[in-house]
Amino acid sequence: MSSLSKAFTSSIGRKFVMGLTGLFLISFLVVHVSINALIFVNDGGETFNVAADFMSHNIVIRILEVGLFLGIILHIVQAVMLTAQNNAARPEKYAYNKPQANSTWYSRSMGLLGTLILMFLVMHLYHFWWPTKVAVYTHEAHNTFQNIVMIFQDPLVVVVYVLGVISLGYHLLHGFQSSFQTMGWNHKKWTPVVKTVGVWFSIIVPIIFALMPISIYLGWIS
Amino acid sequence: MSTGNMNLTLQVWRQKNKNSAGKLVDYKLSDISPDMSFLEMFDVLNEQLITKGEEPVVFDHDCREGICGMCSMFINGQPHGPKDLVTTCQLHMRSFKDGDTIVVEPWRAKAFPVIKDLAVDRSAFDRIIASGGFVSVNTGNAQDANALPIPKAKADAAFEAAACIGCGACVATCKNASAMLFVSAKVSQLALLPQGQPERYRRVQSMVAQMDEEGFGNCTNTGACEAECPKGISLENIARMNRDYLSAKFISEEEV
Ligand code: HEM
Ligand code: SF4
Ligand code: FES
Repeated sequence: MSSLSKAFTSSIGRKFVMGLTGLFLISFLVVHVSINALIFVNDGGETFNVAADFMSHNIVIRILEVGLFLGIILHIVQAVMLTAQNNAARPEKYAYNKPQANSTWYSRSMGLLGTLILMFLVMHLYHFWWPTKVAVYTHEAHNTFQNIVMIFQDPLVVVVYVLGVISLGYHLLHGFQSSFQTMGWNHKKWTPVVKTVGVWFSIIVPIIFALMPISIYLGWIS
Repeated sequence: MSTGNMNLTLQVWRQKNKNSAGKLVDYKLSDISPDMSFLEMFDVLNEQLITKGEEPVVFDHDCREGICGMCSMFINGQPHGPKDLVTTCQLHMRSFKDGDTIVVEPWRAKAFPVIKDLAVDRSAFDRIIASGGFVSVNTGNAQDANALPIPKAKADAAFEAAACIGCGACVATCKNASAMLFVSAKVSQLALLPQGQPERYRRVQSMVAQMDEEGFGNCTNTGACEAECPKGISLENIARMNRDYLSAKFISEEEV
């Protein structure tokens, strides 16, 4: 193996890729939540649709979208590889283990939370990404806001979305600060800041996301 | 020789050798003194077993004063039992209650195969140290004190990292059986000092490669290791090791 591929297949190298792609996905969330929050302007989706149209047609955004998909795939591939190695590292389990004495449940459940996010993501893409794509390629007019309002009429969908963003929140509650630790970005002064920002990010972003289906379902936004 | 008044049920992992299957076996103990250490309680159990003509429980121990790292035992779901910052030899029976059932298992990790009962083979740690956890310069006579200026903060951090006794509790408790806390302590104690600089980047790469080869899992930063470490080794060491490793691989040019 070349030295470079050895670096990427080492334990720390794989974690590095996870952390880097995780942070990249977080930066995507910032953009995503900001644009979607435009529905709260509550002007029948006018402002939001302008932004959504820009996002679905702008060439730079299109290229970034490819990067985003690559990022998610890399993140998942590394997650699967690392998890398989981690399971193999303890073939015989403890008869009596008390992990709650030394770590949080969500830090130990990143794979499960990630899988929930992935399942949510597939449904989410089918709801919103796919119809927009079809419209762009068939040059049909597409009112993204109308589509959102239609989809969130179903209470079951609303519940699944809320559960999806809760999974995301817990994944980030551990993942945000964890990625900094993995990169080795540890600093007397800044690490506490990173941790605090991470906690607030993991609470606020999912709440804003959750408010979208909820307020549409309840008719606060139309 | 027992002088106390505690009655306990032990469930102890018994396993004949590396290749045989093991199981938990129940033992009743009575009149245990709360002032005994956990290992002394095991001595009582073993004397009973020997008197009965049964095989005593094999467990690792050496100094019995919390400095050698030999004693292990996963006690009621935690390495070295329920107390913070202690080894099993420094755990006392007063940390338990009369009538308690105590489950005792060996460290569980692919890289730490069971030798017999509660004793596991931790030579994977030795091989990690042998791969780079040293300073290979001619030492000669001891230098004058303060001939090598070392900032106090760095000296303290190096000293704290050097407190690692190689017990393996970090591996035992980690959900991934990762050895990152141990390796990072052994990397840091040298990376922080001037004597460790010439081999700093070579060392971290060799030791991480050996750690991976031994079959330890990957760190997911749950922090369980730091919480259970009897010597309070800090997660900062893991960040330092990641930093050194990544800069060796991707920024500085030193190869191994
Ligand atoms: C799509 C499905 C996903 C799966 C299967 C998944 C799985 C995982 C796993 C197993 C870990 C490693 C656990 C750990 O290091 O503690 C992890 C870490 C992480 N994930 Fe995800 N994840 C997914 C999606 C996401 C998303 C959408 C984001 C961000 C918006 C994200 C951000 C992170 C971050 C920041 C980390 C920490 C990296 C580190 O510790 O170095 N993940 N993920
Ligand atoms: S880091 Fe702590 S728990 Fe791990 S081997 Fe060293 S002393 Fe034991
Ligand atoms: S026997 Fe030496 S640390 Fe416990």
